[in-house]
Amino acid sequence: MTQKDPKLLIQPGPQLRQQMTTPAVMRDVWYALAPTTLAGIWFFGIGALLLLITCIATAVLTEWYFSPEDERRYFLGDGSAILTGLLLGLTLPPALPLWMAVVGSAVAIGVGKTIWGGVGSNLFNPALVGRAFLLATFPIAMTTWTAPGDFFTMPSSIFALPLMTGVVDTVTQASPLGLMKFEYTDTGFVELLFGNTSGSLGETSGLLLILGGLYLWWRRDLDWRIPVGILATAMAFSLALYMMDSGRYPGPIFTALSGGMLLGAIFMATDPVTSPLTPKGIWIFAVGIGFLVVLIRVFGGFPEGMMYAILLMNAATPLIDRYTQPRVFGRGLDTK
Amino acid sequence: MNLLQQIKDSLSRNIGSFDHGVHPRHHKGQTEKLAIQRLPFGKRFVIPLGQHIGAPAKPIVQLGDAVKRGQMIAEPGGFVSVALHSPVTGRVTVIGSERYADGTFQDAIVIEADQYDPQQMDVNPIDWEALSMEDFIGEVQKAGIVGMGGAAFPCHVKYAIPDGSSIRYLLINGAECEPYLTNDHRQMMEHTEALLYGAEIVRQKLGAEEVVIGVEKNKPEAIVALQNAIKPGQPVRVAPLEVKYPQGAEKMLIKSVFNVEVPAGKLPRDVGVAVNNVGTIIAIAEYFQTGKPLIERVVTVSGPGVTYPANLIVPLGTSIREVLDYAGGLKDETRQVVLGGPMMGASIADLDAPMLKGSSGVLALTVHETERPQEYNCIRCGRCVEACPYFLNPARFARLAKARMYEEMAETYNVMDCVECGCCTYSCPSGIPIVQHIRTAKDHLRSMKGKVQ
Repeated sequence: MTQKDPKLLIQPGPQLRQQMTTPAVMRDVWYALAPTTLAGIWFFGIGALLLLITCIATAVLTEWYFSPEDERRYFLGDGSAILTGLLLGLTLPPALPLWMAVVGSAVAIGVGKTIWGGVGSNLFNPALVGRAFLLATFPIAMTTWTAPGDFFTMPSSIFALPLMTGVVDTVTQASPLGLMKFEYTDTGFVELLFGNTSGSLGETSGLLLILGGLYLWWRRDLDWRIPVGILATAMAFSLALYMMDSGRYPGPIFTALSGGMLLGAIFMATDPVTSPLTPKGIWIFAVGIGFLVVLIRVFGGFPEGMMYAILLMNAATPLIDRYTQPRVFGRGLDTK
Repeated sequence: MNLLQQIKDSLSRNIGSFDHGVHPRHHKGQTEKLAIQRLPFGKRFVIPLGQHIGAPAKPIVQLGDAVKRGQMIAEPGGFVSVALHSPVTGRVTVIGSERYADGTFQDAIVIEADQYDPQQMDVNPIDWEALSMEDFIGEVQKAGIVGMGGAAFPCHVKYAIPDGSSIRYLLINGAECEPYLTNDHRQMMEHTEALLYGAEIVRQKLGAEEVVIGVEKNKPEAIVALQNAIKPGQPVRVAPLEVKYPQGAEKMLIKSVFNVEVPAGKLPRDVGVAVNNVGTIIAIAEYFQTGKPLIERVVTVSGPGVTYPANLIVPLGTSIREVLDYAGGLKDETRQVVLGGPMMGASIADLDAPMLKGSSGVLALTVHETERPQEYNCIRCGRCVEACPYFLNPARFARLAKARMYEEMAETYNVMDCVECGCCTYSCPSGIPIVQHIRTAKDHLRSMKGKVQ
C-alpha cells in the first residue's frame, strides 16, 4: 500500500441533494410575513407586539413541553412552532387579553399539532385550530375590533387577569366585513390595500400580504395554485352575487381584499402539511376554499368565513389526495 | 397497432423532454474538455463472473493457463449472460472469491499481466453483413457486450425481437444526464465515426428505419461533431434534449424523443424502439471492425476529491485504486468514492475492487457533497411529487414504508414501477432518504413474492 486510504463512507444514493431544507422553508415564511407583522405593529401599537410575542413564546414552550426530550433540538429546530405562533397572533384582534392568546397558542400547538404526531402529521392548520378554539370560547373578545390608534397606547384589556375579559377602553370599530355584513356598508379598497382599517393584526394590509406571497413564490416555497385558485373562485362567486344584487352583496375586489382572505389564501391554505399533494387535488382544494368563504360570509352567521373554509377543506385533504392520484407514467394508456 | 401510429404521428416532433425530473448542477466542467487518455496496463486484473443481471459467466480457462489479450476466458452462463475476455496477455493466477465493489466477495478470474508483452491485438474484422440475425445476436453475446450506461444489461437480449414485433427506430442514448460524467460526451466527439458505423450495423440488423441520437443540450460540441459527421441521406439524426435528470433513463428518453410512453411492464421494443448507450454502440462497432471484444471502457474520473480529473480508457478488471492513482490519487478531504454517477452510482467499500463493464465513472466526493442534511418530518411540500418522472407519490411511499405497509405501496401506489432514479430524495427539503425507503419496500415485496410461489 502506497498511501493510507481515507475512511470511506458508504451511503445510499443519490449522493447529491438540492440545498433547500425544511427549516429554511420555515424561515422564508417568517421573512415573507415580516412586512405584514411590522405593519400590524405599526397600526395597532405596542400592544400588538406584546400579543405576538406572547403567542410565539407560548407556541415554542408548548412544543418544547410536548416533544421527546432527546429530540427537542429537531422538533424546535425546524422553526415551525414559531411560525404557528406568529400566524395565530396575526389572526387575533389586537386588543385580545394576553391570557387568551396564551390559551389559544397552547391549543394551537398541543391540540392542533402535537397530538397528531408533530409536524407533518396534523390534519388541520394548527394556527387556525387555535383561533377556532378561541372564537368558540371567547366569542365577544374575539370579535371586538379596535381601530388603529396611537402607537404607544396599549389597550388595557390585553392585561386582563386570567379568566377575566377586561374592559376595552380604546375606540372600537366594526371591521370592514362586519360593516358589510350587518350594515351593508362598503369600505374603499384603497384602505383595504394599505391596511388602515380595523381587523385582525395581520389582515389589514392587502398589499404587504401580496408582497410576502410573491416573495414565497419567487423562493419556490409557495404553491401559487392555492392563492390563485382561492381568489379566482371567491371573486367569481362574489361577482355573480354582486351582479344579482349589488346593494346587498360585496363586489369581487372587496371580497378579495377584506378580512382574512389574503392572509388565509397566501399563508394559511398554502400550509403544505394540510393541503393536498397532487396537482389536481390542489385545484380542488383551492376552489373549495374560495367557494366556501363566500358562502359563509354571505349566507352564514359570521361576517368572516376564511378560517372555517380552510379548516373544512383541511378535513377533506386526505380524501382529495386519495382520489386525485396522478396517472402513473406508462399506466392507464388506451392501448390494445 | 395504436402505439406505432402514435410514433408515426410524432415522427417529426421532438419535444426534447419528459415531464417532471430535477436539475442538479452538472459539474461536468472538470472533465468535459479533456481528451480520452489510455490508462497504462497494471499487473493484476480481476474479472468477476457476474457483472450484470442474469446468469454469471462460466470459466473456460484453468488455473495457470496462459491467455492472450481479448481471449475468451468465460462463456455465457445462459441466454441472459455474456462472455468474458482477458483484458491483457498474461496468466490465470486465481479462479475464486475476490473483492467486489460493494464490499462482498464474488467468484472471479484473476489474470496477472505479462510485463513484457506489447499487449497488441490482431485485427480480425467480422463481416457483419453476411451474418444472419441469430448469428449476429450470438456474436454480440460472444463479444461480451452489455449496456455501458451503468445498468450493464446484456445487450444482445435487446436485439432478440420476438415474432410479431418490429423495430422502427434505433435510439442511441447520449443524454448522459448524470452529473460529473463526461465519458459519453467525449466518445461522441472523439469516436464519432465508430459510433455512426456501429449505429449503421445495428440499424441494418434490426431493420430499423432511422437512428436517433439523443444528446442533452449541455454538450453542444458533441451535437455539432455528430451533425458534421452524418452524411447527407444517412438515416441518422441528432435530437437535442433538455438538460434534466433523468433524461437518460430509457423510458424518459423515448418520451422526450418520440413523445411516446412505454406502458408499464413493457419494453421499448413494444413501441418499436431499441435503445442503446453511446458506449455500447461504439463497443459493437469496434468488435465488428477489429474483432476486439469488450475488454476496456471509457471512464470519467472526477469529483472534488480527485487530484487530476480525467477521461480514461480503462482495461476492465483494473482496480479502482490504480485508476485513482493515475489521476493523481485522492485528496485528503475525500470522504466517499462512488462507482458510476452521483445520482444512481453506488458508494464503494474497497478501493481494491475491480472496474466493471458498467462502471461509467469513478467519483471522489468530499464532506461538502456527502454530508447529509438533518432528517425532519415530511411536511408534504410536494417537491418529490413534482420531481418523480414516473408520476408516483414518493411522499406517500416514505410514509407507508416507515409504517412497513409495503403491500399497500404496491397495490395502491404502484411502487414496483419506480426506477430508483433518486429524484425524490434529491428534492426532499426534509432530508428524507425516500428512494432508500422505496428500495427497502421493493426488496421486501420481491422476497415475499418468492415465498408465496
